[in-house]
Amino acid sequence: MPIEANGKMYETDEEGYLADLNDWNPELAAAMAKADGADLDENHWEVINFLREYYEEYQIAPAVRVLTKAIGKKLGPDKGNSKYLYELFPYGPAKQACKYAGLPKPTGCV
Amino acid sequence: MSEPWEEEGPGTIKKFMYVNRKAPYGTIYALESLEVVLIAAAFEQDVSMAFLDDGVYQLKKGQDTKGIGQKNFSPTYRALEGYDVEKLYVEAESLADRGLSEDDLLVPVEVMSREALAELMNEQDVILSF
Amino acid sequence: MSMLHTVNKSPFERNTLVSCLGHATAGSAILLIEDGVYGALEGTAHSDLLRGALADHSVYVLGPDLNARGMTDDQIIEGVSVVDYGGFVDLTEKHEKVQAWL
Repeated sequence: MPIEANGKMYETDEEGYLADLNDWNPELAAAMAKADGADLDENHWEVINFLREYYEEYQIAPAVRVLTKAIGKKLGPDKGNSKYLYELFPYGPAKQACKYAGLPKPTGCV
Repeated sequence: MSEPWEEEGPGTIKKFMYVNRKAPYGTIYALESLEVVLIAAAFEQDVSMAFLDDGVYQLKKGQDTKGIGQKNFSPTYRALEGYDVEKLYVEAESLADRGLSEDDLLVPVEVMSREALAELMNEQDVILSF
Repeated sequence: MSMLHTVNKSPFERNTLVSCLGHATAGSAILLIEDGVYGALEGTAHSDLLRGALADHSVYVLGPDLNARGMTDDQIIEGVSVVDYGGFVDLTEKHEKVQAWL
């Protein structure tokens, strides 16, 4: 189902993941969140931007366990824990945040 | 009921070795192996990867796939450490046959002789060959 | 009658290159593509194979396949020419027939 942002339509797969990574922009992320009934604050953006950088470097979306550990390394233990990340992204930090970041579904995610 | 962030503890830990013998891009084996390793890493087993024969080409530095329209998955080998897959073994004879040295590889590895690698294979509980 | 032979398998894994060279008559051209490009590299256990073929054949290697595998033009055997996809097309046009060794 396509999703609209900036007056443009973007292709997604059946689970709402962006079809083309290169289409991504912040407005699109906000639109995806809104469709899930969520508003993105700076804490969400911190994770979304982290995921985009991770993908840029490694060419994969990290599994939740790997994401949690990597966030902890970069942003400290207050943020590098599952509870914090699940509060931000209740549908699952890797799955939901990856979707907003325009990444494919994480490898190893069921 | 457990919360989603609470993980179950591991059962018996087994030694898994993924044996990589194929060059990247020409066939799907290299990418398939990498994906299986990343998925299996969630099961907290004792995982290692061995690279021998043309498999050593998977780790060659400087891969640039723009010209062939395939995804360059070589940066993903650098993500393995974050997945706690830290044992990467490369067979010395395979490198030498191809005129390659450890400096040509894009991740830190342990280079070992065919004989030593054979020993290591004997110690595994499960070997998956790609 | 001139023939272009293409080889797409690594010489370390298959005997495709050996078989191709055994059947390619003098004057025919050989183009290494996909995993076949490993056969064009200098300093490997199989470099002699192709070096020996240079006397009787013009030998080419497909650049995009070379670069995808982390190899550059300066790592190939002297006398082997690097071509791009356009060069690949030119070669197929220049020769009457193409034999693809798989």
